[in-house]
Amino acid sequence: MSGSRSNLQRYECNEGKFVSAVIATSHLRKSFGSFVAVDGISFSVQPGECFGLLGPNGAGKTTTIRMLYGFTPRDSGSLRLFGSDCDGAWRELKGRIGVCQQDNNLDPDLTVRENLEVFAAYFNLPAAVVRQRVASLLQFISLEGREQAGVRDLSGGMMRRLVLARALINEPQLLILDEPTTGLDPQSRHQLWSRLDELKARGLTTLLTTHYMDEAQRLCDRLVIMDQGNILVEGAPRDLIRQHVGDSVIEVVAACEALRRMLLERGLPHEDLGQRLVIYSDNGETLYRELLAEHCREGCMLRPATLEDVFLRLTGRELRE
Amino acid sequence: MITFDLSRRLLRVWQRNLLVYRKTWKISFVPPLTEPLLYLTAFGVGLGGLVGTLSYGDAAIGYTAFIAPGVIAINIMQGAFFENTYSSFVRMYYQKTFDAMLATPLTLDEVITGEILWGATKAVIGTLLMMLVVSLFGLLQFPHALLLLPAAFLGGLAFACAGMICTALVPTIETFNLPIFLFITPMFLFSGTFFPVTNLPGWAQLLAQALPLTHLVELCRSLALGRFTSSALLAVVYLTIWSAVLFPLAVIGMRRRLVR
Repeated sequence: MSGSRSNLQRYECNEGKFVSAVIATSHLRKSFGSFVAVDGISFSVQPGECFGLLGPNGAGKTTTIRMLYGFTPRDSGSLRLFGSDCDGAWRELKGRIGVCQQDNNLDPDLTVRENLEVFAAYFNLPAAVVRQRVASLLQFISLEGREQAGVRDLSGGMMRRLVLARALINEPQLLILDEPTTGLDPQSRHQLWSRLDELKARGLTTLLTTHYMDEAQRLCDRLVIMDQGNILVEGAPRDLIRQHVGDSVIEVVAACEALRRMLLERGLPHEDLGQRLVIYSDNGETLYRELLAEHCREGCMLRPATLEDVFLRLTGRELRE
Repeated sequence: MITFDLSRRLLRVWQRNLLVYRKTWKISFVPPLTEPLLYLTAFGVGLGGLVGTLSYGDAAIGYTAFIAPGVIAINIMQGAFFENTYSSFVRMYYQKTFDAMLATPLTLDEVITGEILWGATKAVIGTLLMMLVVSLFGLLQFPHALLLLPAAFLGGLAFACAGMICTALVPTIETFNLPIFLFITPMFLFSGTFFPVTNLPGWAQLLAQALPLTHLVELCRSLALGRFTSSALLAVVYLTIWSAVLFPLAVIGMRRRLVR
């Protein structure tokens, strides 16, 4: 079975020699009327990297992604893909990119196989190549045997995997995933993640957006957190957690006034959510014992800091609707 | 100066629609096969006895022979217009098919042009099926009537472009009722389909002459009856100019709607 998987493209690692960034943006900007969706962001994605774009609703993630594959024209700023300028070269560049859009926009009138074949035709791929790629992609997404099924008969997870396979039909050098696992059950998410792991192991450069911080933490080498069209921070998930939260987090339910006073007096970083206190600490274990002994016998919990803590600290807790 | 980013790749969009059509041909074939039967029976046989004969050019023709080409022209109009309104809107808005296509080397101009060509093709397929039925009544003069097929493509193109402009403009799918009641239905009734335009008062004749279906009916009637009239030539010129003007408007309209 691995025989046919190895038919899929392997991506060059280019170790040791100078390679240009797969994506390089500088002061990328887009507004719709008076609303500034993306406000001059700069970042770059290196070959083989999995790069995440995180942010609350309306942060400008999807607009950024759409500019990256030429769907939305940018207002200003520069954009280079695979080391070359994008303007006037979109047709060629789009042939080297695979995109999983946010919506499940498979062709509902077509079967699993036809969805892949029709999409391959948009890339003008020769029939023999298509046959071979469809076979290995169906195996890759574990849908062999379901190729004659109508898309309407697939589960949410299967559809998502088919969208992924469709985005790989042109053997892209850059894979763009816009919220790949939104709405999936845990089994389907893990299934999809393992496919993405496999692609990553082959050296495929990936850019993804997600609302799930565990997903970003698991998949991304580096990421940016965006809000209101700007990049707030950039870095590896673990570094960001260490810089902005610390090692651990203590959550206290129904905290007493004495505890609140103590935190303020000692200048310990924390957030007061009224019902709940969230304390960020580099020295969680010691502080936790102290709290247990002196302030609260129950309703106190120590846990490792996560990317979600970073996210909420930086973008706030107000709803974005 | 507006330029269009088009290549032969646009045929892939056309092929996608053909593939879907082939899956549902059993249903898609029903209207063009039954519609002429219904119209020719109801109007031709039922009403034809009251009407008797009509003068067409210098000859007198039966009422059924008069309306048969009109029914074909109506089918061309509806086939293309509905394809590029309701069906295109469903693909664009509900199925997000265009979004998926735009993540490939296809350009928006190619997607829209492929859709319009498909709308015109659907009109040709419908015409071919109708011709089978109508010729059973002996109402088509062959071989001239074979030219109905290219005429269907030209007429289909005209209404496909008009439909695509509507798709570029409507906020919701329900809004298509507006162009249908204000544009399609009046043409259906007053474009020389069921009675000669010359029966209308002078001002209404002028109005009718401005509408594309009037010219398409004239063209179809002339080809079906095997007589090449000067008004048939005028119709070809009119429909060509109409399409040449509306096609860029359709593409620009869709760019304004989708490129954001």
